[in-house]
Amino acid sequence: MQIFEWGVDPWGQEMLVRISWDLLYLAFWTGIAFILFHIVYAAVWLPKLVRAKHSNNTDATVSANLPERITRHTGAARFFHWIMAASMIVLLITGFFPVIGVQFPWLTLHWVSGLFLTVSIVYHILHATFFLDFWSIWILPVDLQEAWKRIRHQMGKSSDDIPKHGKYPLDHKLYHLAVTLGGLAVIGTGLFMMLRIETPLWARNAYFLEDATWGLVYALHGFSAVFFVTLTLTHIYFAVRPEKLWLTKSMVFGYVERDRYLEHHDPDRWVVSEESSKQ
Amino acid sequence: MAVIRDMMPAFDLFQPTTTDEALGLLSEHGESAWVLAGGLDTYDWFKDRVKRPTAVVDLGGVEELHEIRSLPEGLAIGAMAKLTEVVRHPEVKQSYQLLSDAAALVASPQIRNQGTLGGNLGQDTRCWYYRDGWNCYRAGGNICYADTPTAMNREHCILGASRCVAVNPSDTAPALIALDAQFEIRNGSGTRTVSAEEFFVGPAVDIERMTVLEAGDLLTTIQLSPKWAGARFYFEKSRDRAVWDFALASVASAAVVTNGVVEDIRIAVNGVAPTPLRLRAAEDLVRGQSMNNDLAKRAGEAAVEGVRPLAHNGYKVALLRNLVTRSVRGGEA
Repeated sequence: MQIFEWGVDPWGQEMLVRISWDLLYLAFWTGIAFILFHIVYAAVWLPKLVRAKHSNNTDATVSANLPERITRHTGAARFFHWIMAASMIVLLITGFFPVIGVQFPWLTLHWVSGLFLTVSIVYHILHATFFLDFWSIWILPVDLQEAWKRIRHQMGKSSDDIPKHGKYPLDHKLYHLAVTLGGLAVIGTGLFMMLRIETPLWARNAYFLEDATWGLVYALHGFSAVFFVTLTLTHIYFAVRPEKLWLTKSMVFGYVERDRYLEHHDPDRWVVSEESSKQ
Repeated sequence: MAVIRDMMPAFDLFQPTTTDEALGLLSEHGESAWVLAGGLDTYDWFKDRVKRPTAVVDLGGVEELHEIRSLPEGLAIGAMAKLTEVVRHPEVKQSYQLLSDAAALVASPQIRNQGTLGGNLGQDTRCWYYRDGWNCYRAGGNICYADTPTAMNREHCILGASRCVAVNPSDTAPALIALDAQFEIRNGSGTRTVSAEEFFVGPAVDIERMTVLEAGDLLTTIQLSPKWAGARFYFEKSRDRAVWDFALASVASAAVVTNGVVEDIRIAVNGVAPTPLRLRAAEDLVRGQSMNNDLAKRAGEAAVEGVRPLAHNGYKVALLRNLVTRSVRGGEA
């Protein structure tokens, strides 16, 4: 298996062209392997572990004041998510189907979807920064402490109750971090790569970067893109797992039910606002 | 870069005598096999060491692929028919003069004696950056060296570019598109038929090949429909020298004209786009109209709508416009 594809430039020097498409297959099968592992883990191993108990110290007055439905994702956030998801699916199909032998005119669809993704992510950054609880999705020291307690508890090393998480559990935050890094890389490089193709946006300029730098841009775009193959596969897998459907539903309808909220979330770390109560 | 040498890298040569035997060999060797027809494009690739197949399947001994047969559904030309045989065949000359005219303008007499119709259709682009072994898109790289401000792109495309700006070099391709020919393709799992128009693949779909042929595929027969037999034909090839040169641009048209009215028409051009191009807009403009100079000029204008010339091939815009005008007009400048 190769990691990079190399070519020869007009001066006879070896130059980086892109990643090897072997990595596409590696990314796909890594995703499938992870899913299979998790299926087995969830069915066989997990029930045998010492089950973690959440602390149950929710103030009765808190629960009494909670509405039946609590907003988890605003309409704007959900809209962004589904636009981004659709763009990503189109990007993956147009980017990789020709590689695996399904030929069609993919390029225009690809860059147009890329622009949709770019615009939706710019919107998301602004929306999350100024209108949402910005820090709720980022990994904080308290998340690591919680994760450590959860691991110790599950391994039978501790009998302490583990704290509930805030609005987003650590695994969601890790996924968001991975998508953020991969997304910024794939968009940043993709915009540069658009300089090499015919679009109505600007004149082509194949010499905007040095050959070697173009190789790095193509390679980084490729790495990020195949990373998204694994990320997308696992994301869809978790979205359809029965015990996660209530979360998936919240991305469709926007809310979680009060019981779920109390079961999984710490009201001190995810404070339900007045706006949420109106749902 | 490619270095032309006298010796070719070693390969296994197979000389089947039947189509089935050839297909078996192509299936067996897959992507490492190379189909040898007349050999006029093949040996350059091999000597340049740009293409290095390990198995070469020589179709020269497959008699059935050389035949030109008259059938109730039209004329069936074997893909291995020599271009000279196509030019001189009585039925081609009588009913499909367009193909005869196009084939007669391929390269030189010696090359037409050796070159085949299938080879002429399946040949690779003449872009010198690609042919010299530069690591361009078509060769698996990430750049088109011909599509840069200082590139030598006088012979490249003005329409339909998608990253790669190379053009298809076939002279017979536009004629067969104008004649609405059907191409029979066989492989180990069966037979399929595609129209001449669909046979060619542009870089927007697959940047590394020029036809729908994949590993294991064999173009076996070119079928000409009687619908266009005896129509009013026009073929013109514009090139830098009178013989032994590829087209800068070419046009082929087949029209059914009754009492001065164009009942039906097909116009195809080559040398201006990555694939031979059927000019549907020009056809729609002309179809059903009385033939006159103004109509021909408007067809020429329609042909060049959307052109994007490169640094050094702006002349092709006027060339294409005039070729199409002349083809609709029927010859006179």
